[in-house]
Amino acid sequence: MTSSNLVYLIALPLFSSALLMLLGRKADKWGHVFATLVSASAFFVGVSEFLAMRDRPVEMRAVTQKLFSWISVGDFKVDAALLLDQLSISFVLLITGVGTLIHIYSIAYMSHDRDRRRFFAYLNFFIAAMLLLVLGDSYLNLYVGWEGVGLASYLLIGFWNQKPEYATAAKKAFVMNRVGDFGLSIAIMIAFATFGSVTFAGIEEKASGASETAMTAMGLMLLLAAVGKSAQFPLQAWLGDAMAGPTPVSALIHAATMVTAGVYLITRSNFVFDAAPSAQLAVVIIGVITLLFGAIIGMAKDDIKKALAASTMSQIGYMILATGFGPAGYAFAIMHLLTHGFFKAGMFLGAGSVMHGMNDEVNMRRYGALAKFMPITAITFGLGYLAIIGVPPFAGFYSKDKIIETAFNVGGVQGIIIGGAALLGAIITAFYMTRVMLLTFFGNKRWADDAHPHESPFLMWAPMAVLAIGSVASGYLLYSGKAFVTWLAPVVDKHKHEHVEFLPPIVVTILAVAAVVIGVSIALLKYRGEQSGEAPQDVNVLTRVARRDLLQDDANEFMFMRPGQKLTSLLLKTDESVIDGAVRGVGATALGSARGLRKLQTGYVRNYALLILIGALAILATIWVVTL
Amino acid sequence: MIVFWALAPLTVFAAIGMLLVKKAVHSAILLAFVMIALAVFYIMQEAPFLGVVQIVVYTGAVMMLFLFILMLVGVDSSDSLVENIKGLRGVAIFTALAFAAALTSLIARARTGRDSVGLELANAEGNVQALAALIFGDFVWAFEVISALLITAALGAMVLAHTQKSPEARQSQRVRSIARFRGESIGTAAGLPGSGVFARHNAVDVPALLPDGKPSDLSISNVLAQRGDVQETKTYSLEGLPKLDDEEGSK
Amino acid sequence: MNPTNYLYLSALLFSIGAVGVIVRRNAIVVFMCIELMLNAANLAFVTFAKMNGNLEGQVIAFFTMVVAACEVVVGLAIIVSIYRSRRSASVDDASLLSR
Repeated sequence: MTSSNLVYLIALPLFSSALLMLLGRKADKWGHVFATLVSASAFFVGVSEFLAMRDRPVEMRAVTQKLFSWISVGDFKVDAALLLDQLSISFVLLITGVGTLIHIYSIAYMSHDRDRRRFFAYLNFFIAAMLLLVLGDSYLNLYVGWEGVGLASYLLIGFWNQKPEYATAAKKAFVMNRVGDFGLSIAIMIAFATFGSVTFAGIEEKASGASETAMTAMGLMLLLAAVGKSAQFPLQAWLGDAMAGPTPVSALIHAATMVTAGVYLITRSNFVFDAAPSAQLAVVIIGVITLLFGAIIGMAKDDIKKALAASTMSQIGYMILATGFGPAGYAFAIMHLLTHGFFKAGMFLGAGSVMHGMNDEVNMRRYGALAKFMPITAITFGLGYLAIIGVPPFAGFYSKDKIIETAFNVGGVQGIIIGGAALLGAIITAFYMTRVMLLTFFGNKRWADDAHPHESPFLMWAPMAVLAIGSVASGYLLYSGKAFVTWLAPVVDKHKHEHVEFLPPIVVTILAVAAVVIGVSIALLKYRGEQSGEAPQDVNVLTRVARRDLLQDDANEFMFMRPGQKLTSLLLKTDESVIDGAVRGVGATALGSARGLRKLQTGYVRNYALLILIGALAILATIWVVTL
Repeated sequence: MIVFWALAPLTVFAAIGMLLVKKAVHSAILLAFVMIALAVFYIMQEAPFLGVVQIVVYTGAVMMLFLFILMLVGVDSSDSLVENIKGLRGVAIFTALAFAAALTSLIARARTGRDSVGLELANAEGNVQALAALIFGDFVWAFEVISALLITAALGAMVLAHTQKSPEARQSQRVRSIARFRGESIGTAAGLPGSGVFARHNAVDVPALLPDGKPSDLSISNVLAQRGDVQETKTYSLEGLPKLDDEEGSK
Repeated sequence: MNPTNYLYLSALLFSIGAVGVIVRRNAIVVFMCIELMLNAANLAFVTFAKMNGNLEGQVIAFFTMVVAACEVVVGLAIIVSIYRSRRSASVDDASLLSR
C-alpha cells in the first residue's frame, strides 16, 4: 500500500529548520513558536496515520511512499522511499509526541538565550532526521537519517560552544558515533554483496537462504553501529560528556530518541539476527555488560544529569539485551523503549527544572529539601522515578519485568546468569535512583548562598506533567492483553515461534519486586539523614573507580588516543623529513648538478674540442653496440 | 702492396711526429709529407686525377698558405711542453685510442667477406673523363655551390685580413715632414740609421756603429734581432785592419 | 692487397689528428691537425670508391678538397686578425667564454 502523507512527516520539520536557519535574526521573535507548531503538526500527521493504520486489516498495515529514484548504478538501484509499518509508527509517535513536548518546554527553558531560534532550528532538524531514520525503507535511507541525527547531536551538544569543554564534548560524541557509523557502512556493503539489495523487504526475502557467515558478519557490523549510536560498551564514553548540551537536548536526544536508534536498528534487522545466533549472543553480552556498567557508574555520580545519563546507558542496555533474545524479546525491547522515553524524558525535564530553579547548579550535593519549594517538579520527577525502578503498576514495571522474564526463559545456565545480571541491575537501579531522589528533594538544605529555588513556569511543568502521566499509564496500556506484542508481531515475529517458559512469570515478578525493595532500602539507609555538602573523599576503591566512570576515558586514551597521537607525530615527521626532504632533495640535486656542470664551462676551446670527440666516441660506441 | 706497407708506417710516424715536435714549422713540414704520401695512395688506388690535385692544391697551395701565415705569426713560436689544463692529455689520448679502436672494429665488422669491385669499368674511358662526366653531370649543382663557396671564402679572407688605417694616421707628406723636424730631438730628423753605416759592410744583418764603436740597435730590423741573426760587428771595425802603407801622399 | 687496410690507416690518421687538435696550443698547428683529419676522411672516400666500383667517392673527395681549401683560407685569415689584435697565437688565450 502506498500513501502520500509520509513525506510530510519529514518535510515539515526540515523545511522549518531550513527556514529558521536562513532567516537568521529576523526570525528571532517568532522562530520558536513556529518550530513548535511544526513539530506539533508532524505529531498530528503521525496520529492520523496511526489511526488509519489501526483501522486497516493486518496484512495491509504497512504503507510505503516512493519519493524519487535516488541511485541507479549498474545493478545497484536504491530509491528514496519511506516505509511506515507497526514498528515505525511507534517510533514516529514517540519522536513527534515527546519532541513536541520538549519543544514547548524549551520555549521557557531557553527564554534567556540569545540563540533560541537557532536551538529550535536544530531541534527541528533533529526531528526530521530521526523521522527519516525510522521511516527509511532501506538501510541506505536509514543511514541518511542516522548521519543526520549524529550531526544534530553534535550541533546541539555543542550549542554553547563558547565554552571549549562543551565543544570538545560535541566532538567526542561525533567521533565515537563515527566509529559506529563505520559498522553500518560495512553492513550495507555486506548486504549489497550478499543480497544485491539494501532494502529491508528485499533482504528479508532472501535472508533464510544466505550463508550464516555473511549474516553473522552483517549482524556484528549492525551491532557495532547500534553500540556507537546507543552508547553501549565499548563506545559508551561519550554519553556522560554529552550532558554538556542544554537539558532539553539531553531529554530528547540522549534519553528518548537518538540513543534508542540502535535498538530500532537491531529490531528492524530482526531477519538478520534471527539467522545468526552468534551475533545474537554478542548482542546479549553487550547488553548485559552495559546495563551493569551504567548502573555502577550511576551509583557514584554527583552530577544529576550525569547520573541520569548513566541510567540511560543502563536502561538501553536492558533494551539491547532484550533484542538479543530474538522474536521473544523484540516487542519487550520496544515496549521498554517507549516507556523509557516517557519517564526518562520526564526526569530529564525535571532535572532541568531543578537546575533552572537553582541557578544551573548540577551538583546534587548542593541540593536537598527541594520538594517543598518545587512541588510539581518533585511529583513529576517522583512518578518517573517510580516508573524507572519498576514499582508496579507504573510503566517501567511492566516492560522491565518482561525483559527479566525473557532473560530467564533463555533457559539453562545461560538463562540464570543473564536473568541474574538483569535482576542485579534492577537492584542497583533502584538504589541509585533512590539516591538521586533523596539527595535532590529530601534531606537537609545544602544550597549555595545565593540560591532561591522556585517552581518553573507553566510552559515548563506542563510537558513534565504530560510525561508523568505517560510514565504512569503507558506500561499498563501497552502490555494489557498483550496489546503491543500483538501489534508488533507482523514485523518481528512472522513465524510465530513457541516461547519457552523457564520460570513461571509470577516468580519473576516476585523476584523483580524484591529487587526493587532491596535497592530502595539500602539507599534509604545510606542517604536518609543529614548529608554533607561535599562528596566524601575517603571512599573505597570501587567508589573511586566508579566516580571516574569506571576508567572509560582512561582506557580510551590508552588504547586509541595515545597511539593515535604517536601515529600523527610520526606521520608529521615523515612528511617533513621524507616527503619534504625528497622535494628539497630534488632542488638540491638540481643545484648540485648545476654547480658541477658549470665546471665544464672553462672557456678553453681545447676542452670543448675534447667534449666533441667524446661525443663522437659515444655515437660510435652506440653504433657498435647496436650492430652487434 | 710493398709501397703501401712501406709508406703507411712512415705516414703514421709523420702524423705522430706532427703532434710531438715543438716548432710549428716542423709540424707543417711533416704534414706536407703526409699529404704527399696520401697522394701516392690515391694514385695507387686508381684515382690519378685526385692524386695530382692533392699535390697541386693541398700540398702546393694549402700548405704553402700555412707556411706563409706561420711566418707572419712568428716562425719561432713554439708551444711549451707543459700542459696547463690538468688531465687533458691523458683523457684526449685515451679517447682517441678508444675512438680508433671502435672505428677499426666497426670497419672490420663491415668489410669482412666483401670483395672490392675495382675501378676498371668505371675508368674505362679514363679517370679524368669519368670524373668530369660525374662532376658536370650528376653533381653539377654541388659544383656550382662549391664555386660560390670559393668566391665567398676569398671575399671573406680579404675582408678579415683588411686593416683599415684610422683616419688620423692619414697624414699628408707635408704634415709628416714637419713632425719629423719638430719631434722630441733633432735625432728623429735624419731617420733611423741604415744598417752597416759607418761599418765596412751594409748588409741587412750588420748593425750600424755608433761613434764609440758600439752597434746601434735602431739599425737592425726587429725580426732579425729576435731571430738572433745579427752579425757580430767587431770583425768589421776599422781597428785591426792592416794599414794602407806609403799611399798617404794621395790625401 | 686488401683495400680495407687503407680504411684502417684512415681511421688511425683521423684519431691522431683528433688528439692533435686537443693537445696542441698553437692555433695554426691545431688547424693543421684539422687538415690531417680531413685528409684521412678523403682517403677513406677514395678507398670506398675503389671498393664500390664507381667514382662517386672520388667526386666527394674532390669536393671535400675544395671545401677544405676554402676553410683554410677563412680560418687563417681569422687567426691572423686575432694575432694582430692580441699578439698571441695560443688557443688558450681565447678563453673569455669561461664562467
